[in-house]
Amino acid sequence: MSATGIGASIKRVEDLRFLTGNGHYTDDINQLDQSHAWILRSPHAHAKLNSVDTSKAAAAPGVIAIFTGADMAADGVGGIPCGWQIHNKDGSPMAEPGHPALAVDKVRHVGDQVAIVIAETRDQARDAAELIAVDYAVLPAAIDMDTALSGASLVHDDAPNNRCFDWEIGDRDATEAAFAKADHVVSIDLANNRLIPNAMEPRAAISEFDRSTGRYTLHTTTQNPHVIRLLMGAFVLQIPEHKLRIVAPDVGGGFGSKIFHYAEEAILTWAAAKVHRPIKWTAERSESFMTDAHGRDHETHADLALDKDGKFLGLRVATKANVGAYLSTFGSSVPTYLYATLLAGVYATPAIYAEVQTVFTNTVPVDAYRGAGRPECTYLLERLVTKAARDLGMDPVELRQKNMIQPDQYPYQTPVALEYDCGDSPATFASALKASDYAGFEARRGAAEKNGKLRGIGISTYVEACGIAPSAVAGALGARAGLYESAQVRVHPTGSVTVYTGTHSHGQGHETTFAQLVSESFGIPADLVEVSHGDTDQVQFGMGTYGSRSLAVGGPAILKACNKVIDKAKKIAAHILEADVSDIEFADGKFTVVGTDKEMAFAEVSLAAYVPHNYPIEEIEPGLDENAFYDPLNFSFPGGAHICEVEVDPDTGHVEVIDFTAVDDVGRVVNPMIVEGQVHGGLAQGVGQAVLEGCVYDADGQLLTGSYMDYTMPRADDLPNFSVSTQGVMGASNPLEVKGVGEVGAIGSPPAVINAIIDALSPLGVTDISMPATPNKVWQAIQASSVRQAAE
Amino acid sequence: MYQFNYQKAGSQDDAVSALSSAEDGKFLAGGMTLIPTLKQRLAQPSDLVDLSGINDMVGIQDGGDSITIGAMTRHVDVANSDVVGSKIPALQHLASHIGDPQVRNRGTIGGSIANNDPAADYPAAVLALNATVITNKREFAADDFFDGMFATNLEEDELITAIRFPVPEKAGYAKFPNPASRYALVGVMVAQTGGETRVSVTGAGQDGVFRASDIESALSGNWSAEAAKGVKMSDDGLNSDIHASAEYRAHLISVMASRAVDAAG
Ligand SMILES: Cc1cc2nc3c(=O)[nH]c(=O)nc-3n(C[C@H](O)[C@H](O)[C@H](O)COP(=O)(O)OP(=O)(O)OC[C@H]3O[C@@H](n4cnc5c(N)ncnc54)[C@H](O)[C@@H]3O)c2cc1C
Repeated sequence: MSATGIGASIKRVEDLRFLTGNGHYTDDINQLDQSHAWILRSPHAHAKLNSVDTSKAAAAPGVIAIFTGADMAADGVGGIPCGWQIHNKDGSPMAEPGHPALAVDKVRHVGDQVAIVIAETRDQARDAAELIAVDYAVLPAAIDMDTALSGASLVHDDAPNNRCFDWEIGDRDATEAAFAKADHVVSIDLANNRLIPNAMEPRAAISEFDRSTGRYTLHTTTQNPHVIRLLMGAFVLQIPEHKLRIVAPDVGGGFGSKIFHYAEEAILTWAAAKVHRPIKWTAERSESFMTDAHGRDHETHADLALDKDGKFLGLRVATKANVGAYLSTFGSSVPTYLYATLLAGVYATPAIYAEVQTVFTNTVPVDAYRGAGRPECTYLLERLVTKAARDLGMDPVELRQKNMIQPDQYPYQTPVALEYDCGDSPATFASALKASDYAGFEARRGAAEKNGKLRGIGISTYVEACGIAPSAVAGALGARAGLYESAQVRVHPTGSVTVYTGTHSHGQGHETTFAQLVSESFGIPADLVEVSHGDTDQVQFGMGTYGSRSLAVGGPAILKACNKVIDKAKKIAAHILEADVSDIEFADGKFTVVGTDKEMAFAEVSLAAYVPHNYPIEEIEPGLDENAFYDPLNFSFPGGAHICEVEVDPDTGHVEVIDFTAVDDVGRVVNPMIVEGQVHGGLAQGVGQAVLEGCVYDADGQLLTGSYMDYTMPRADDLPNFSVSTQGVMGASNPLEVKGVGEVGAIGSPPAVINAIIDALSPLGVTDISMPATPNKVWQAIQASSVRQAAE
Repeated sequence: MYQFNYQKAGSQDDAVSALSSAEDGKFLAGGMTLIPTLKQRLAQPSDLVDLSGINDMVGIQDGGDSITIGAMTRHVDVANSDVVGSKIPALQHLASHIGDPQVRNRGTIGGSIANNDPAADYPAAVLALNATVITNKREFAADDFFDGMFATNLEEDELITAIRFPVPEKAGYAKFPNPASRYALVGVMVAQTGGETRVSVTGAGQDGVFRASDIESALSGNWSAEAAKGVKMSDDGLNSDIHASAEYRAHLISVMASRAVDAAG
């Protein structure tokens, strides 16, 4: 093993750049002769566009051009596509209404794009935008899902009752049969609160068109430049790949919200060829709140059937999911294949049936956000199982243990399509119980009581799925793209290496982790390895970064390319060392002839590859530069156990998260420090969802949580010192044996927090609290139950 | 933001005359409220008259039985002041919990009071401590200064120059922060000065900061946390928004008042 290889907690090579303000983000880029764009957005949630009069604005100082939806439509520009087709129960395809980049007849959410103003300066563009006279005929808005489903006001004329699709998974009859023989049925109704992603860097883009070559270049804040090239080039603007370059430079966080192809990217790229000037656009923070795709937003009813001993017999789930005004790139797959396929959770429930209705509303699109579907699933299961324990007077630990899939049951086929390759939930659970001193909790509860605080403890055990694959399976389920990853490993003459990966790092530390893979593989120090990503002109191809796929899918691609390099290098070494290839061994960065002291260092072989004087030129080409694509055999399945302790101030309803223990199984750990950081970040977002964050629209569709004055982002002092550790069963489905860590924190934690709050309040008779558990809400729950108790 | 003229005043007189001659001028203090308002294009002043160069509006003076704080004194300087700490620790505590370090390094007491944000902290101190607001034209008694949400009885070209706080026998401030903005969801200051008990509430009222007379009478007879907590506040005239119902705010007023009494000792 190399000192900077797999398992080493080396410092992130990105840190110097990011911590000293030397990152190079899209907004840092300035092109010669660039112009600036301001997007005029709808102030209404739902309105007919009677007319858009730009004449006065066009005459304003500095204005270069103004375009509306009519201009794009006249050019035959296509709509923004959805990347995944879901089918209804009856086999018909989902409703897939058009999504024009600039609104044509109607605006459908506050912030919907109405016009683009291009001017010499950003302020001039914005000033001019205020002069555009838009005649809106305001229509009734469909904001909450029930109102929308009543069909009183249609977001899209071609989606009756505002339903996008009505989908099902699992065996309905088997599940009904399980309920028929159940001794107990426990039910729950809950909502998974809508979240606003809030990456630190707002979305931004600069478009360019080179008249002499017909080539377009778009620098944009995306998590997946090749996917944007594919979606925007092929579906929206009809620009072939060789004429379209997408660059995602340093990107300041995405959390999913920068996966999607956004209208602004298409508008800017299209307009650059109209004005023959580079065009720059950077979202204001308020625009980010209004127009970045939001996350979650489910309402669910679920029933769990149990036998008299508490064994789970069946699970029945009915979910309504809000997709917003338009289908965003993965808006349809998140509440289906990324959600309901995990409803077995860590339990051996034999029969499961789930139905999911998705609903169009006059709100911004909802799409993947850290965890994407799996947090919604985990929240449902872990609230329900905890409720079952309480309702049946059983111990929540024993009830879980009794129903968990046992290590010898892997590979485990769930009733909802997925086959878990490996795992050991009882082991991570046991470790978390120990690490959190679960057994000693009652003493801590007692001590808190003496201080006037209500202390509670909550559990969540979970499994999730990363690296959606294999492509053939994803395709059969409706994905409109493959989900493999590609890598190129270019060894330079002196033995340093550049790795080109199709994944994209926007804070995850890939430049470090991936260098460690190469360091391990070639036995060279990690600082001889540079990782390049984000530019479609440099990187052969890629599907980008989301769903914790980068290491699980992108990593094996790098490994494959490294192995190809080693295979070729062995041939070169064999030739020079005058041995048979089968006698060449490669270890610790040296090629050795077995049983002799004849050896060549890695860099000697690479030099020989580029200076092929003594070289097997008949047999192999010069150079040492290999490409690989990797399509996984299965998803990978990280999992673990999270245990949370809270204290509630009964006078104010304020919840303090006191302790949080996470034991996560992420398979092989490449860089423990980075893994710990990823878990911390995920936990912060999970605690945020549970107690702080919640997007609120009023009944007219105005965003009430449109700034940090009203949207509660977690701050450091809202969080405890996390106790995190990993405990791996090595991943079975990829050669690196990794599983994925980017989302586990956000997936496992919310139910642990809410279960802890309910536990704290249970002596008062409180049995339910919804996310976010704000002080007001907790206080109201306490009031309601004390009123109820007084009445009883 | 829209275009505006920037002027930096060297003296109080400069500032006032610059403002008077401007078409629609605004004083600029720490800019923590004004600049975001401009950036969002919610205001379009013709001129900004920067007060940061006026030396006699900065600083904290110990007047024995009172403390006078210049209007341009930053929150951080009140929070770090030994004079304030020894004479009115509740005021020091209040200043140290305004916003975040960046805001405390820029924001000023004059700007805060002139702005009279219904959830700001300083207005509670002015009212409960019965401070005097000193302007270039006159002195306001605390009870006469505030005039409802984001409104005061200042004239257009009137400049707050300082605030004089009488030293109380006892005072305490308890703030329940809005989880998102960390302004006061409910903040209560209780004080006893010259035998008079005053209790002010910020964050809760539809018309901004106000005196809670029920709690004042309860505490006048019995200065204790229990007495404050025992007062059941009506939710009439209280704010209701996505963060807190009026009923919850009413409840928090009594709780925060009792905690303020505890803090006052
Ligand atoms: C992120 C954030 C968090 C905050 N949190 C809190 C909080 O928790 N509690 C709290 O109380 N406040 C909070 N504030 C407000 C802040 O503390 C300032 O008090 C407030 O912004 C006003 O002070 P300023 O000096 O910045 O005034 P400015 O923004 O410069 O001016 C505000 C208004 O007052 C007028 N003005 C300024 N000085 C004078 C004067 N001397 N005479 C007459 N008129 C004048 C200006 O013309 C303007 O209309 C927060 C602000 C921010 C940005």
